[in-house]
Amino acid sequence: MSVIIILLIVSILIAGGFLIGFLWSVKDGQFDDQQSPAQRMLFDNELKINQTNLKNTK
Amino acid sequence: MSLDKFYYDNKLPKFFAIACIFWGAVGMLLGVIAAFQLAFPVLNFSEYFPHLAFGRLRPVHTNAVIFAFVGNGIFTGVYYAIPRLLKTPMWSKKLGNIHFWGWQFIIVCAAVSLLMGFTTGKEYAELEWPIDILITLIWVVFGINMFATIITRRERHLYVAIWFFIASWVTVAMLHIVNSFEIPVSFMKSYSWYAGVQDALVQWWYGHNAVAFFLTTPYLGLMYYFLPKAANRPVYSYRLSIVHFWSLIFLYIWAGPHHLLYTALPDWAQSLGTAFSIMLILPSWGGMLNGLFTLRGAWDKVREDPVLKFFVVAVTCYGMSTFEGPMLSLKNVNAISHYSDWTVAHVHIGALGWNGFLTFGMMYWLIPKLFKTKLYSVKLAATHFWIGTLGILLYAIPMYWSAFRSYFMMKAFTPEGQLQYTFIDIVQTVTPFYIIRAVGGTIFLIGVFIMIYNLIKTAKQGSFLATEEAEAPALEKEYRAPSNSIWHSFIERKPILLLVLSLVVVGIGGVIELVPTFLVKENIPTIASVKPYTPLELQGRDIYIREGCYNCHSQMIRPFRYEVKRYGEYSKAGEFVYDHPFQWGSKRTGPDLAREGINQPSVAWHFDHMMEPTLTSPGSVMPSYPSLYENDIDVASTNSKIHAMRKMGVPYPDGYEAEANNDLMKQAETIANELRTGKKVKIASNKEIIAMIAYLKRLGTDINLEKK
Ligand code: HEC
Repeated sequence: MSVIIILLIVSILIAGGFLIGFLWSVKDGQFDDQQSPAQRMLFDNELKINQTNLKNTK
Repeated sequence: MSLDKFYYDNKLPKFFAIACIFWGAVGMLLGVIAAFQLAFPVLNFSEYFPHLAFGRLRPVHTNAVIFAFVGNGIFTGVYYAIPRLLKTPMWSKKLGNIHFWGWQFIIVCAAVSLLMGFTTGKEYAELEWPIDILITLIWVVFGINMFATIITRRERHLYVAIWFFIASWVTVAMLHIVNSFEIPVSFMKSYSWYAGVQDALVQWWYGHNAVAFFLTTPYLGLMYYFLPKAANRPVYSYRLSIVHFWSLIFLYIWAGPHHLLYTALPDWAQSLGTAFSIMLILPSWGGMLNGLFTLRGAWDKVREDPVLKFFVVAVTCYGMSTFEGPMLSLKNVNAISHYSDWTVAHVHIGALGWNGFLTFGMMYWLIPKLFKTKLYSVKLAATHFWIGTLGILLYAIPMYWSAFRSYFMMKAFTPEGQLQYTFIDIVQTVTPFYIIRAVGGTIFLIGVFIMIYNLIKTAKQGSFLATEEAEAPALEKEYRAPSNSIWHSFIERKPILLLVLSLVVVGIGGVIELVPTFLVKENIPTIASVKPYTPLELQGRDIYIREGCYNCHSQMIRPFRYEVKRYGEYSKAGEFVYDHPFQWGSKRTGPDLAREGINQPSVAWHFDHMMEPTLTSPGSVMPSYPSLYENDIDVASTNSKIHAMRKMGVPYPDGYEAEANNDLMKQAETIANELRTGKKVKIASNKEIIAMIAYLKRLGTDINLEKK
């Protein structure tokens, strides 16, 4: 069952990669603000399109 | 602060969307055909097209739905959402185009090669090695384009959807590489580097994470983008989305062994898989609740807007299947569900409900946007919604029902201690359920066609917006890092790309170095009487793989009284050390074959049965295989096959490559003679059926020898 070792190594590598990613993201200030990102993604800064006439009507 | 002006490209999202819908329809159509084949075996058309038999069609269906439908769905969302979230166009149009056409090319190659019988025999990783390499290349192209876009972004914050895309990319790359480790025998034929239990473990580690990182996390990314957009309100809790993201990806990697409960896999590995699977409820439900709560106070909109309707059902199905999944990982529940139609129902709640409905919702929202118009008909979309929901119910309920019916029949004993029902009794009991299921699938597919009509009409009434102009301030170059150590600024400047690439590099290097060392050692048999297959049996085994018999038959007897009584002594890990690849299967539409050599030693019986299963087993739903009686055994390949096996440590004698075909002929002649004298049939000894019979007769017999 030595393949388990391979899988463990690979899994730990991935998990470790995610951990580094997480630490990086925290240090980078990714999660300092947990309010505005959720709001900001609703606005697209598109010019030239009139949002209002895209609404669905029956 | 100056504003940069830039343009979002809508062409690739449009292309991907079209591909997604097209392949979705094709993949589902194949699913419907396969479903009807299980009830009406004549639909295999075996006499005319051996390519369309269930064993070959099902992998095309599963691969098409996963990698073509959902795959293109992911890319649609990624190419639309990432530029908008990061306020920059995708980094390279050229790479985007290569990605698009490369992926479609892979899909076509996959479909053609699977129908032709080129398969590795490992579920959801059936594609042969040249295609595996192509997939890797295109995946890297996609990765470069995505990460380069992330690096050139104008928005410092990576919205949670992007985190999901990143994690999916990284993990899929890793899984694909590790599981595809195979030794080529010829162009379009290879053997898995791993054997038996090891192969099973790697395969299901891959298999489960394919569900996790191809069908789940990227789609959660889509949910976090399109659901707030469609509802026009921010996600319920951004904090929750982050917490559940990191915990989800961390836990998912460990859950694979829950596909191998009660098999020959070591107990501790089974327990590990179970424990992590149960923990997975929390982050999964975190995602579901976050999605549903985003709609709080907007339920009036849900009543009117088809997009939101689809999203609500999709997220609900996600919640259902992520509750069901951990339950199925409990050993006592798994004893019922494993190999049964319950699993089939479970994945279809996920595939039809979660992936299907989320995709449909996304399309109903996206296509009008891309074409600067309104949806052609909200009413038709609502019809699609109801038809689709009905389809899911008609699909799932009969499958659950048939799973329990067959479970209780399977384990019913008479007072005398005999099995009460034969396998064919069970087949006949569940066939009506298969018909209802096929009808459910058809209804779901009709919904898809309604959607296609609606979307085409929508596109026609609008005009395509190939590029969208947008503007945003450039990212400040200086983000003041708290420290100025070399390490920190190193990560700072090349954030993720480097990290990911190095992970992949390390992974590939490690795997290439480790795997052969580990595995050759592992091939030392633990059961002395277990011997390698004879050349004829090996050829038969490859036909078994080619025809996809593993799509209906398992080769793994679990240690339950009702299984041991029906199929014989339970399977031991040591019996599979020469099985490159393993063929344990995941579903028992037909009986287990692990000890077929003991259960049905008659060559004459197999001869009749493979020609026309209903001859020996009235009511059978197994396809017939007349082509095996016409095709010659591919003796030219024997040499390289034995050679490949020897390379992987299978103990054939030195120089056996050259003699193998002599032995093959001899054994074939013996079987053909037995048929000629016993059955008075004329059959040439070089036909594929002879090899197949030789393999079936060998199955599970090695361990019996030891007892004597
Ligand atoms: C559509 C699903 C399906 C596929 C594909 C399929 N089988 Fe079967 N098979 C069955 C069913 C159902 C039975 C039980 C009824 C019967 O005996 O025909 C069965 C029975 C058998 C049996 C008899 C087992 C016993 O001891 O009673 C053998 C041997 C067998 N199949 C071999 C094969 C081989 C070899 C292939 C691939 C070439 C194959 N099957 C493909 C469904 C399938």
